[in-house]
Amino acid sequence: MQLSVLLVVLALLSVTGYYLGRSTAVRAVDGRVVRLHSVPSYHGMYVALWAGLPALLLFVLWGASENWLVMQMALAGLPPELTSVNEQALNLLKADILNLAHGVTTGRDSHAAVKAAAARYVELHSLSRWMLLAIGAAMAMGGLLFARARIEANHRARNKVERVLNLFLVGCSLVAILTTIGIVLSLLFEAMRFFAVYPPLDFLFGLHWSPQTAMRADQVGSSGSFGAIPLFAGTLLITVISMAVAVPVGLMSAIFMSEYASPNIRTALKPILEVLAGIPTVVYGFFAALTMAPFIRGVGQSIGLDVASESALGAGIVMGVMIIPFVSSLSDDVINAVPQSLRDGSYGLGATKSETIRQVVLPAALPGIVAAIMLAVSRAIGETMIVVMAAGLSANLTANPLEAVTTVTTQIATLLVGDQEFDSPKTLSAFGLGLVLFLVTLSLNMIALKVVQKYREKYD
Amino acid sequence: MSVQTETLTDRTAAMTQAAMTQTAARADTAAIKMLARNVKVYYGPKQALKGINLDILENRVLALIGPSGCGKSTFLRCLNRMNDTIENCRVDGTLQLDGEDIYGRMIDTVQLRARVGMVFQKPNPFPKSIYDNIAYGPRIHGMATHRDEMDEVVQKSLERAGLWNEVKDRLKEPGTGLSGGQQQRLCIARAIAVSPEVILMDEPCSALDPIATAHIEELIDELRENFTIVIVTHNMQQAARVSQKTAFFHLGDMVECDDTEEIFTNPRDERTQGYITGRYG
Repeated sequence: MQLSVLLVVLALLSVTGYYLGRSTAVRAVDGRVVRLHSVPSYHGMYVALWAGLPALLLFVLWGASENWLVMQMALAGLPPELTSVNEQALNLLKADILNLAHGVTTGRDSHAAVKAAAARYVELHSLSRWMLLAIGAAMAMGGLLFARARIEANHRARNKVERVLNLFLVGCSLVAILTTIGIVLSLLFEAMRFFAVYPPLDFLFGLHWSPQTAMRADQVGSSGSFGAIPLFAGTLLITVISMAVAVPVGLMSAIFMSEYASPNIRTALKPILEVLAGIPTVVYGFFAALTMAPFIRGVGQSIGLDVASESALGAGIVMGVMIIPFVSSLSDDVINAVPQSLRDGSYGLGATKSETIRQVVLPAALPGIVAAIMLAVSRAIGETMIVVMAAGLSANLTANPLEAVTTVTTQIATLLVGDQEFDSPKTLSAFGLGLVLFLVTLSLNMIALKVVQKYREKYD
Repeated sequence: MSVQTETLTDRTAAMTQAAMTQTAARADTAAIKMLARNVKVYYGPKQALKGINLDILENRVLALIGPSGCGKSTFLRCLNRMNDTIENCRVDGTLQLDGEDIYGRMIDTVQLRARVGMVFQKPNPFPKSIYDNIAYGPRIHGMATHRDEMDEVVQKSLERAGLWNEVKDRLKEPGTGLSGGQQQRLCIARAIAVSPEVILMDEPCSALDPIATAHIEELIDELRENFTIVIVTHNMQQAARVSQKTAFFHLGDMVECDDTEEIFTNPRDERTQGYITGRYG
């Protein structure tokens, strides 16, 4: 309640501050705006920022520390025999106080002192909110008056406002970077827990993957084995198959659409191709499992080959189809970005269309095409659903595309599906796999960036 | 793209008439390399050229001048059928190279463009090495079979374009790394490498600084010995410096064509007079 009031007050004061600052600035030069260092709206924004920002910062800091502070004060009133216990009991006590304070019936009869502490918690909490409201409003008011008093013809309001905006933008990019770092760190720490119980070398170079661990000593199949090579091999196999489908088909269709197709055909074809990108991967998955896999097995049997009903080939082909619009759309953009003057130059020398495309357009577009392919590879490595449904879960170490294989992402998914205990190596191995996967895709992206930088031609 | 078949009598009549006006103006005895009779070009419904008659003389530099949008570049691009790459562009009339109709059924654009080369307004080197830029044309036309032959073609082309001394030690470096003037001379060398008979230049100096421009102008004068050159330019001093013949275009018409000296000192048409004295354009 008090919080929303404070936010409304802040908003009002900022808006008032804006108009006040503007009119003050205009008045400071008797309406001759050109004599101001900054245009009036910058003075307005300057006052508005002073009114809004400090109070908002206080609001955030207060909100972050309020609950902890109030709880400490509530606990301080309890008799020492209740608070001088171990951490778990203390947490329980805190939960009791919170529950009582929020009026949740715990079904447990609480100590009178705890009830008193809860009452005090409620009281302090409400007091804190009122204090926040009062201090916040005072700060906003003070900021507004302070800033307004500083407005004069030579006041450099523009530079100050721009600096605040600059900081705001820096903050936004920091959020993105910090989130990434956070994700990497959490992955890293969980992976380290896994490597503490399972040797990293056995994980990286082991040839046998069987992640079942026993809950009881007398269970069957209790010896977990975490050699990840079959998973990497499976991922590689499926990625290669899907690239063998997606890159030629995607690139050729991009060339057709950007160089040969008439505008009418192009406007008709492009959306149709992009529909492919809109199909959910699950749908691709059952297409692979129910249509592609039986088809491949049928063809294989008719020429006397032994094909598993879930094969790397089926999953790879369907995954390649899924990636076609990726490659074609990105390559199409890159090819269109090659300046017409290069094509004219080539035609002017008597080159044919295909010579021009092969020897001038494609080399000029190469960095972009490489980047598109690298993105597609990352996509293929990360794809899970199609493989789960169509290539199976058995970790075979094989280069035969007609056998069932499994991939890193598929294993991570199956390891973490359902209720899991987070202290067994079975579950933790998912993080080890995740870390390796992250490193691989990261290095792929780095290579792509380097390639693009090295071969980029600058056209203006 | 098709040449509309006019009735034979129409065409002959137009040709005779044009030939008469041309011969009256022509004191030069050089052979006619290319010839245009009643050339009309349409972009969709819009008419860009309204029946151009022009002779292009062998081993002479013909300058096309005129205000922007008057059709100079359009006419130039008709001469090697570069307009083919523009959609809904239509060309009517007769265009001949050595007496052969270049829009005729027997002529292939690939062969035509090997004989009529082109240099563009903005230098457009390919994203390849300097060597490969020059070797591109000879390679696609199968003109040099051995490595030695190709080396010789590349060196000779670069020498004739006056670029050899500047780049001979870095033939493997990308052509896009050269300066603007060098890039344009590279493009000229690239055009020379396929040994064309005619070179079309579409404002070849408009993106260059004065020194690079002077280089190119000298080069054009030297190239005249072996090639027929048609150059579009906005710079009238340039037209006066490099050309022997000048044609003035205005609003899709060819207003007059004469010896460069005549055009600049004694123009017959009022519009030409107005343009070269800077009254409009």
